[in-house]
Amino acid sequence: MASEELKVPEALLQYIGKVDPPTVKEVEKGSIRRYAEAVGDPNPLYSDEEHARKSRYGGIIAPPGFFGWPKSGMPAAEGLIGLMTGLIEAGYAGILDGGMAYECYLPVRAGDTLVASPMVKDVTAKAGKTNMMITRFETTYLNQNGDLVARSFHTLIGRQL
Amino acid sequence: MSTKQLYWEDVEVGTELPTLPKIADSLMLVKWAGASGDFNPHHYEDGFAKTQGTDGTIVHGLLKHAWLIQLVTGWMGDDGFMKKFFCQYRGMDLPRKMKTMNEPLEGETWQCKGKITNKYVDGEDHCVDLEIGVENGSGQVTTPGSATVILPSRG
Repeated sequence: MASEELKVPEALLQYIGKVDPPTVKEVEKGSIRRYAEAVGDPNPLYSDEEHARKSRYGGIIAPPGFFGWPKSGMPAAEGLIGLMTGLIEAGYAGILDGGMAYECYLPVRAGDTLVASPMVKDVTAKAGKTNMMITRFETTYLNQNGDLVARSFHTLIGRQL
Repeated sequence: MSTKQLYWEDVEVGTELPTLPKIADSLMLVKWAGASGDFNPHHYEDGFAKTQGTDGTIVHGLLKHAWLIQLVTGWMGDDGFMKKFFCQYRGMDLPRKMKTMNEPLEGETWQCKGKITNKYVDGEDHCVDLEIGVENGSGQVTTPGSATVILPSRG
């Protein structure tokens, strides 16, 4: 397919390199437990206080990929809202998640307060039976001590409907 | 329920992780929406899902990502550390509908699988690379991925 013919609309290019305001997220014990339960993950590090206390972590941790809930506002994935609106307005309203990657440096612990800073890394066009805009985000998560906990790399796809 | 800790010396390239079976049903998707904060109706309303170009509600990519993380972290044990993770949502998965308040209808069961592709020492870390994926009821890998885990060493 002649993917060079499909261009990223101007309106979407403006998002590249844009840093969204950081989100402050609280990692609460109860929200960790509910997350693990929804996944069906019985790992006692996420719910059993005594087990977690005796482990090398010394307390409850969150499963990798769970970074708590924002202190205020809706719990949408960081940084997505503006770009999603942009995709919809540009005619790429069929939004699908493309994938996720992490680099993990430290465990996320119950009681942590994380600052998530998302940035749109790039938007590329892919022509095909369904034309698509492929967007990539990078988010860094720092904990209350200012230590880098993790980086996430998220791909979001907008399809022309 | 803690099991014996796995050590780097216990595994080899080609070692397979115990398969983790999963059943995505409407109930799990609603619980996931509530617990993760992804309230996109694409995952719980068939009518809306059809306007999005899919046959019905679809399983959240992030739920499948969480299954794969469970596969890896459950296997590596308390003293393992997952330092890298990647997965891609290649194929869509449709959840089972409910038969009763808490039981799904007959249908597809997904299998989360993993295998060691590399084993090495990186500085002080004893690492293994894994190839992982979620397989649907027809044996197709709809969510392939990879991970790197640091395991404790006896050495």
